[in-house]
Amino acid sequence: MKASQWGVTDLSVDYGRRTALRDVSLDLSSGTIAAVAGGDGAGKTTLLRALVGLVPPTSGDVRRPTEDAVGYLPASSGVYPDLTVEENLRFAARAYGVRGSDYQAARAELLERTGLEGASDRLGGNLSGGMRQKLGLAMALVHNPSLLVLDEPSTGVDPVSRKELWGLVTDAARAGTAVLLTTTYLDEAGRSDVVCVLDAGEVLLQGAPDALVRGVGGSMGEASTEPDTHFTWRRGATWRWWTTDATPPAGSRRVALDLQDAVVIAALRKREQLEGVPR
Amino acid sequence: MTLVRARGVRKTFATFTAVDGVDLSVASGEVVGLLGANGAGKTTLMKMLLGLTTPTGGIIELFGGESPGRHARERIGYVPQGLGLYEDLTVGENLEFVASAYGLELPPLGDLAAHRGLLVQDLSLGLRRRTAFLGALAHNPELLVLDEPTSGVDVLARSDLWGTIRTAAESGAGVLVSTHHMEEADECDRLIVMAAGRVVLAGTMSEIIGDAVGGTKRIESFEKRFAELAEAT
Repeated sequence: MKASQWGVTDLSVDYGRRTALRDVSLDLSSGTIAAVAGGDGAGKTTLLRALVGLVPPTSGDVRRPTEDAVGYLPASSGVYPDLTVEENLRFAARAYGVRGSDYQAARAELLERTGLEGASDRLGGNLSGGMRQKLGLAMALVHNPSLLVLDEPSTGVDPVSRKELWGLVTDAARAGTAVLLTTTYLDEAGRSDVVCVLDAGEVLLQGAPDALVRGVGGSMGEASTEPDTHFTWRRGATWRWWTTDATPPAGSRRVALDLQDAVVIAALRKREQLEGVPR
Repeated sequence: MTLVRARGVRKTFATFTAVDGVDLSVASGEVVGLLGANGAGKTTLMKMLLGLTTPTGGIIELFGGESPGRHARERIGYVPQGLGLYEDLTVGENLEFVASAYGLELPPLGDLAAHRGLLVQDLSLGLRRRTAFLGALAHNPELLVLDEPTSGVDVLARSDLWGTIRTAAESGAGVLVSTHHMEEADECDRLIVMAAGRVVLAGTMSEIIGDAVGGTKRIESFEKRFAELAEAT
């Protein structure tokens, strides 16, 4: 892995009296995918907007390439509904100064890789959610950016289109682009090289997915009825528990935890610190 | 008790067949996930169960013999993807309005009580979803129909919402959940996968991808299986 070129250090962003982000540091390296996870209002979009220069930091540093080397897919996909697929792509290319044979080459490659060749005359507004996101991603990639920033690329996208989107994103990373994306789903974040989980503008957990899972400590398990332990939550038809005690609760069995469990445990511990109760 | 029994259900629009011979059952106490690409027919199927559109063919029986429609709808709780809340009413006013439509008093607000006087438009998405859930559950429905119920919320809010869904199922409701996401699919007891209007796969998550698959490999395995099916259809 190359040294990190881009990213943020001790970044805080206030909107008036409201703190949207507090002391967030995240390195973005060429060839790697970083995922920012968290719910609505956690600060994900503010982090992206600060990184690409749409929001000024209240404090801290932002490192990004020049504007023409950034590709940005907004949550709204950025596709113009009254332009065709081809016109949308050409418009994005012009905005980045990609013309002539460079554009023709990028156009052919991106339409082929997104599977949108047959749809080049369709209006952006008539595309399905998945096709619109793929076009938005093609528009963000048309100038071969060194930093690619994607705001919830898979929201509202079906599993088939999502698989294709991930293919395009991993191809871009493999070709040397640094990728930062946001998601509300941890199974998706878990496929990235680095995950930064935000909660109420602060980092709840950050690191490589495997390391975050290994770092939880204690023991976790499942039970068919609510166990008598400090930390419990629902997962499917069963209950989960987590404890630092040596003995697991009666009538339960240990199970290996995943990233989703690791984040639930961190969030429950934070809630307990804030409110003095586990749930 | 079987709450939903659909056999050979079809729906055609002019020359387009949206739903093509679907069998579906939802029993009391179980959570059934409905998956499929955009355009696979999920929404049309749900609308037929809710009695909002009439099947072109096949049979839908609800609650052991009722046809979908206004009468059956009184026994259904529905949370649409857009939640269906009034943005410029408070949490309390929204819930009073829903409850009064069923001739009921305001339901107990639980941990939403602290937010009772807030306008829905000022709430976080997690609290909006809780409000919509409480409204849909106010009349103790026997069948819950949920469209991407936890989309956009953080992991604890998702866990809390799923706790609510599970509690409803454990007290006897049947739940049908439409979703695109693995984390929601993984919460269900049984999955129905649709492609091009047909059921192409049905079973538990473990039956679909195998028991041994864990961690991030789970979603990849599932998406791979899903894509194979969608391409084959």
